Amino acid sequence: MTTQTPRTRRLTRKQRRLTLIAAAGCVLGVALGLVLYAMNDTILFFNSPADVQARNVQPGTRFRLGGLVKEGSVKRSDGQQVVFEVMDAQSAIPVRYQGLLPDLFREGQGIVAEGVLEASGVFRADSVLAKHDENYMPREVADALRRQGHWQGEEKASQQAEQ
Amino acid sequence: MLVEAGHFALALALGLSLIQFIVPLWGTRANDPVLMSVAPTTALAVLACIAFAFVALTVAYVTSDFSVLNVVENSHSTKPLIYKISGVWGNHEGSMLLWVLILSFFGGIVAIARDSIPARLQANTLAIQAAITLAFLAFILTTSNPFDRVVPAPADGQDLNPLLQDLGLAIHPPLLYVGYVGFSISFAFACAALIDGRIDAVWARIVRPWTLTAWAFLTLGIAMGSYWAYYELGWGGWWFWDPVENASLMPWLAGTALVHSTVVMEKRDSLKVWTILLAILTFSLSLLGTFLVRSGVLTSVHSFAVDPERGTFILGILVVFIGGSLALFAWRAPRLQQGGVFAPISREGALVLNNLFLATACATVFIGTLYPLALEVMTGEKISVGEPFFNLTFVPLIVPLLLLLPFGQTLAWKRGNLLGAAQRLYAALGLSLLLTIVVFAFTHDGPVAAPLGIGLGTFLILGSLNEIVTRSWTKGGDWAVMRRKAFGLPRSAWGSAIAHAGVGLTVIGIAATAWDVETLGTLRSGERLGVGPYEARLERIVPRREANFREDVATLTILRGGQELGTVDTMKRLYVTRGMPTTEAGIMTRGLSQIYVSLGEIQPDGSLGMRLYYKPLVLLIWLGAVVMAAGGALSLTDRRMRIAAPAKSRRLPANPLPAE
Repeated sequence: MTTQTPRTRRLTRKQRRLTLIAAAGCVLGVALGLVLYAMNDTILFFNSPADVQARNVQPGTRFRLGGLVKEGSVKRSDGQQVVFEVMDAQSAIPVRYQGLLPDLFREGQGIVAEGVLEASGVFRADSVLAKHDENYMPREVADALRRQGHWQGEEKASQQAEQ
Repeated sequence: MLVEAGHFALALALGLSLIQFIVPLWGTRANDPVLMSVAPTTALAVLACIAFAFVALTVAYVTSDFSVLNVVENSHSTKPLIYKISGVWGNHEGSMLLWVLILSFFGGIVAIARDSIPARLQANTLAIQAAITLAFLAFILTTSNPFDRVVPAPADGQDLNPLLQDLGLAIHPPLLYVGYVGFSISFAFACAALIDGRIDAVWARIVRPWTLTAWAFLTLGIAMGSYWAYYELGWGGWWFWDPVENASLMPWLAGTALVHSTVVMEKRDSLKVWTILLAILTFSLSLLGTFLVRSGVLTSVHSFAVDPERGTFILGILVVFIGGSLALFAWRAPRLQQGGVFAPISREGALVLNNLFLATACATVFIGTLYPLALEVMTGEKISVGEPFFNLTFVPLIVPLLLLLPFGQTLAWKRGNLLGAAQRLYAALGLSLLLTIVVFAFTHDGPVAAPLGIGLGTFLILGSLNEIVTRSWTKGGDWAVMRRKAFGLPRSAWGSAIAHAGVGLTVIGIAATAWDVETLGTLRSGERLGVGPYEARLERIVPRREANFREDVATLTILRGGQELGTVDTMKRLYVTRGMPTTEAGIMTRGLSQIYVSLGEIQPDGSLGMRLYYKPLVLLIWLGAVVMAAGGALSLTDRRMRIAAPAKSRRLPANPLPAE
């Protein structure tokens, strides 16, 4: 079908194997490099409001903030701006968010927000997650609160199941 | 009574699969055909028992038998019938029952297909299959019994999670499970081959249809899950790199590699050891997916309940099967004979490269999914690995693979010619580049990724069709002859061309997401909000009551250039029993594009918060997956797949066993 003459050079079995190993080495090496580079750059840490203070998180850092939405703190304004406070047993951090809040967002509910801490100390969130279940507490939030001895959610959930 | 009978049937199935595990293995050791023939019989009996148990549970759901704990926790008398049925697997216990049902169903088909599978291979395969069934039945009976009673029976149930009350639940899990579990057959065949220490092209021919079936179903299952998340969660996204999604993507990537490496093994009797390893790894990743989703390690809508005992049990299953099969591999693989040789530049070489890229891409997904879990276990630090990570690692590995794909399809077996292959692709390459430039010229303000991705997708589609054309086209030849030649090509050639074109469609759909437009706004009745070339006008908000929920329905008219195109309804629901709110997105489909409306809160001033998306060509993402699966299905109807094995065994009269 083509006018090319087939090349007559034959590779030995050993050479073929070496070619294969070299190709595999290249692809794996590139992949490893990418993974290590991405690990440095794209991974987000989870902090509770207390962690933010304890770890002295610098403004401009991107992270996931989790805790309970403080009762009475939710203020909506025009343009779908929402300001609320996320708290744990020790402290609270104000969060600003523009957009649609998840269905299960309400005061007292556990949420996880992803965004950047501003110099003013306000957390500017670009996504807010609440979970798909009425008993739900994001696992990170539950663990953080349990550490501080503040959450009995599981007992509550199991009581409901027994009813 | 039926419930107890169902429970008993499961226990019986456990006993029978123990027999199915031990006796045939003994039979192949002792070379006793009678003992070996126990395998197909017991496999069918196990299938019958598990099917009966499944029916019993379904009956309990349909009749709302609230003396069964599982029904109480996941159903409600007012729930529509379709969700009563799909609710059977909308919970942990029921979904595990569906898992073993499909497992035993595949076992049953292997048992029936006795004419096309050598008796020794069949006996060993069914024994391994029985071991998996045994493990999962033990898991169900000890930790996740769907037939547990509750005394006294409550008056009504707690209803199913509203997000799961959707047609998606009826379709997505069964498709996905057929895919996941289907790979257990390739796994069982691989282990059987290792036990017997014999593996050849016949093995590949027998295994290939099973792998292809599982792969096609997994493709559909993932696509269906993605579309479901897209329209149900109301975020307008179609893939979130959520660990649960990754759990299904990993076996898919490994399975795709397996589908390709079995071709090499079948045609050229090469890559044997690698294919065996890949078959083991693919099912191991399916098991890992089951563990991640079912154990509650991850919190998501998929992990219905968190129970450490279950997690430990599945982890045990995982360790035994993955560890066991890899140990068997390490012990036996060195004895397997090396196969045919090939030049690096050849179809085989291209398929090796395909496997290399797919396996590596799979490894990056594996790292991104498991690293956060490992880190948390070791240091307690919680991190999240999301889209940016996978964009930086997975995408750069998949794009070169896709770019090289059409070249690989064009290369000859054994010894190819890269320049010749490139020459045959000139037209496809040229047209794709031209299209890229044209699209770029029209949208030069927009993102560059979109035209490039569309060019790549087009190259994939044209490159696949090119394969069919060059194999039937002769210069100045008769049109009718060429057409006959094209349709006379093996169905597997058509199947692979179509499947690869499907990849191209999906790539175009993904590339076009760069053009998505999103607007956020608040509307009162009669007000308009624009999104891309479209506008939406809020007509009215009407409250409505259904059997198990209340909802506010907002009706919007979609306009383009002042012209009314129709209306979409979008709802905010409150499911009464669980007191849980959900939103139902309103979607208008225009050709392959969609306008997507998601409701927010009622604002302090009485207006309605709303998010609008314009998603050009978005349907191609899932349509492409359907085309891929259709290509796989077409390959399955190839003559070679149906008659190959008996034809081959006639050529091997040295088989010491009596043919069935």
